[in-house]
Amino acid sequence: MVGIYLPAQITDWLVPGRSLFLTIHVVGVACFAYIVARRLVPLVRAQRDFRFDRPLTRVGSVLKFWLGQWKHPRYKFAGTIHVLIFAGFILLAARAFSVLIVGVSGNFVMPGLSGRTGHIYDIVTDYAATVVFLCMVVLAIRRLVFKPARYAVPAKYGQGHTADAVFLLGLIATLMVADSLFAASNAAGHAQQGQTVETLAVLSLPWMFKILLGSITLTTLSVVNVTAYLVHEVTFYFLLCYRPFGIQFHVETSLFSVYFAKLDRGTLKPVRWGVPDESLDQVKSFGVKTFEDFTWKHMLDFYSCADCGRCADNCPANAVGRPLAPRFLTIKARDYAFQHYPVFGKAQNHEPLIGTIYSEDEIWSCTTCGACEEECPLLVEYIDKIVDLRRGMIDDGNVPQSLQKPLKALENRGNPYGKMEKKRADWAKAGGFQQSCGLKILDGKNADTLYFVDSITSYDDRMQSIGRATARILDDVGENFGILGAAEKDSGHEVRRFGEEMLFQALRDHNTGAIKASGVARIVTSDPHAYNALKHDYKDVPPVEHISQVIAREVKGGNIQFRPLESEQNVYTYHDPCYLGRHNQVYDDPRSVLDAIPGLKRVEMKRSRDRSFCCGGGGLMLFYEPKEEQRMGVLRVRMAAEAGANVMVTACPFCMVNIEDAIKVAGMEEKMSVMDLTELVDQQIVHKARKEELETATCGG
Amino acid sequence: MKILVCARRVPDTSENEIEINGAGNDIERDELVYSINEPDNYAVEEALQIRDRIGGDVTVVTIGGEDDDEILRRELAMGANQAVLISDDAFSGSDGRGIAAVLAAFVKKGHYDLILTGVQAEDGAAQVGGMLAAMLDYPFASLVNSIAVEDGKLRVSREIESGNREINEIDLPCVLSIQTGINEPRYVGMRGIRQVASLPIPVLGASDVGVDQATVGEAGARVKRVDYFVPVLSKGAQILHGSREENADEVLELVAAKGGLK
Repeated sequence: MVGIYLPAQITDWLVPGRSLFLTIHVVGVACFAYIVARRLVPLVRAQRDFRFDRPLTRVGSVLKFWLGQWKHPRYKFAGTIHVLIFAGFILLAARAFSVLIVGVSGNFVMPGLSGRTGHIYDIVTDYAATVVFLCMVVLAIRRLVFKPARYAVPAKYGQGHTADAVFLLGLIATLMVADSLFAASNAAGHAQQGQTVETLAVLSLPWMFKILLGSITLTTLSVVNVTAYLVHEVTFYFLLCYRPFGIQFHVETSLFSVYFAKLDRGTLKPVRWGVPDESLDQVKSFGVKTFEDFTWKHMLDFYSCADCGRCADNCPANAVGRPLAPRFLTIKARDYAFQHYPVFGKAQNHEPLIGTIYSEDEIWSCTTCGACEEECPLLVEYIDKIVDLRRGMIDDGNVPQSLQKPLKALENRGNPYGKMEKKRADWAKAGGFQQSCGLKILDGKNADTLYFVDSITSYDDRMQSIGRATARILDDVGENFGILGAAEKDSGHEVRRFGEEMLFQALRDHNTGAIKASGVARIVTSDPHAYNALKHDYKDVPPVEHISQVIAREVKGGNIQFRPLESEQNVYTYHDPCYLGRHNQVYDDPRSVLDAIPGLKRVEMKRSRDRSFCCGGGGLMLFYEPKEEQRMGVLRVRMAAEAGANVMVTACPFCMVNIEDAIKVAGMEEKMSVMDLTELVDQQIVHKARKEELETATCGG
Repeated sequence: MKILVCARRVPDTSENEIEINGAGNDIERDELVYSINEPDNYAVEEALQIRDRIGGDVTVVTIGGEDDDEILRRELAMGANQAVLISDDAFSGSDGRGIAAVLAAFVKKGHYDLILTGVQAEDGAAQVGGMLAAMLDYPFASLVNSIAVEDGKLRVSREIESGNREINEIDLPCVLSIQTGINEPRYVGMRGIRQVASLPIPVLGASDVGVDQATVGEAGARVKRVDYFVPVLSKGAQILHGSREENADEVLELVAAKGGLK
């Protein structure tokens, strides 16, 4: 009889099962190793991706986003629960490992966990197991009873994931119970035999189980002990081997995903890593057409996605009913990988993704606003994938007719409207404006600062007002500045993000040449898309600033003074343009400018700063005809109204177009208006002439 | 199936501001940007789709100068098997009949099962397709907006007034003029054009195609352009006032009154 052993260690109960436990260990580890090896097959066949630079920064991001769970609390409830489970798992790792070894080598004690440290560790992990167990119960109730909307799976994306989720929760709960029962039966056995009894943490699962087991016989106890152990071991290995088949794989992969995550905001991956621009002509195929065209890191992203739904919950395209939800972009690719690179059987691959798992409209629906990436706790990348898929479609000639015209016009005329190059500076020439504010059209090295206007502000009647306001402000702060005029072409920001890399490069090279020829020392732009392009997509151009940064600095330095608002009836709210805010982290400068205007009342929308909601997208997105139920801009205007504002201030001409249209579409002309930050500043600024007048008056007096 | 598509390079109306020249008999051609005539692009796409469905070969031909090479490159990048430029000073000033005669001579030198043209050139008169068919004594269908290939013949649908369609059977070889909207032409970017930059494009002269010189050029033209007008911007806009619902009702009424609704 087992109990007669009177073991020095209660774990000797496990002795008769040793060969079974050892077998389970070996089989479990072997299965896991095999499955992981199979999962790595597509990654080996994938495209290159350079993610081995800047190890310190990467370790930093692991500490912040992985160990520190930085993004999780953005969703308070789910985030807190996740932090608890994650902490529990980290704490329990050594304990689980010890328990596994104990079955084979009875006296095993984890190095560093003997004596007092071990004692404290046991107490802490008793609680950890209990907390994890309770979290499982809470989450199961949440999944089954409360059913948060963001977990729902629309019919077009297949069946719901609830059963799988609850099954996994059940497995983890079982693991916690088995672990606790094992510890409790050990302690109960020691107690009955009058040996040193482990102190179990009060009110923890093991503590409660020990009370329940207090009166049963030693024989039964030994059965409970061995059974608990067996259940623990089987569940542990089942879970280990089951995880690579679903969302739980992130337990293993997240560390790598976070370590190798993209470090530079606002940038795009090159067409092919390691291929310089001048060699691109030799690249046979552009972008992602088949699964194998993804980079290994992007495939790793597919494995790491935990299906938490935060990306889709924040995606403006998803919100307006466009056929895109970032979550399913990943889930569909992951399912594809599992299907085409099965654990057993031959890998079959190289079929086109567009038309099978992805639709064209799905891929064109993205505004690259970056809300999904901002939200993802695991730093899964979406924009680079979308752009790569678009590069593939462009390469195959698969482009909506609505986009072909503007692309062709950009190629011929350097702007998407097909307007004449020579009319690019007409806004500045009209009515002697140029002379009124010292605006030069650069044809030699005669200015310090270049105002890069970009296409929409140059050609669109309404947006030209932003150009004029910007020029007047630059004049007011004493800049010696000019524009490139006909020599400027579209920055190509959206051209690149719509996947037309070669056209983008042509535009970039042209502009780079023109900028260099102008001899300016710095660049200012009023268009966040141009700002992002010049800052991240261009190389070897002078430093670039968005006009809001210039204004904020000059306000701070006392070079800009504002008149008080004439009417204090209005309530203002600032709408963060995606390419100024999220992609470039300029949140405070525009707000500080607004707050410097005397008498200006400002409120924040619920979705602001890094959770700002895209207005509908800029550049070529204005030409694309999406399939959607409503406009993003309309939702945004309603958010502003909800915040109690009646004037929306933005700092991007595209936001202006979209919001202005949305106000009309929503029929809210009476309740809401929109203006650009430069227009408001221009309206309230004490202009140079006036300042001089005041100064002269003061001197004279 | 061997398919020939006749294409033409025209000033792109969406990217140019068309102004009359000093003499008043043509448009100002400095600073114009050109592209392939839009319906011709649809014709090339249709040819490529037929080829990809049933096999065959697509040739694109244009009559013009060396600048017209540009659109041939674009169509090669789309996937045409070969392109031919027919160029001769003798062709300058040809009318529609002259152009059709050159094309007819070219067709007789090769063997094509199907000849496609765009429904009309943006700066043209929609006459070449029909004349070409007549000169070749081939059957002709105009305004074609779908093509199904059957044994030795085609089943084509033609767009007639008010968006109605009629279905015709037509024997091969034949000439069809293709209406826009028949398909969605694929996109060609700079990369595509660069990839076909080194493909040779043969240039044929009047004697190579063997056209009767009397029918071409200014001398052979029986139709001559004598004047040119651009429309005067008129002030016909009517601005509706009132609520959105009232506006919507009013628009409905106006459209119905002008015969836009039945």
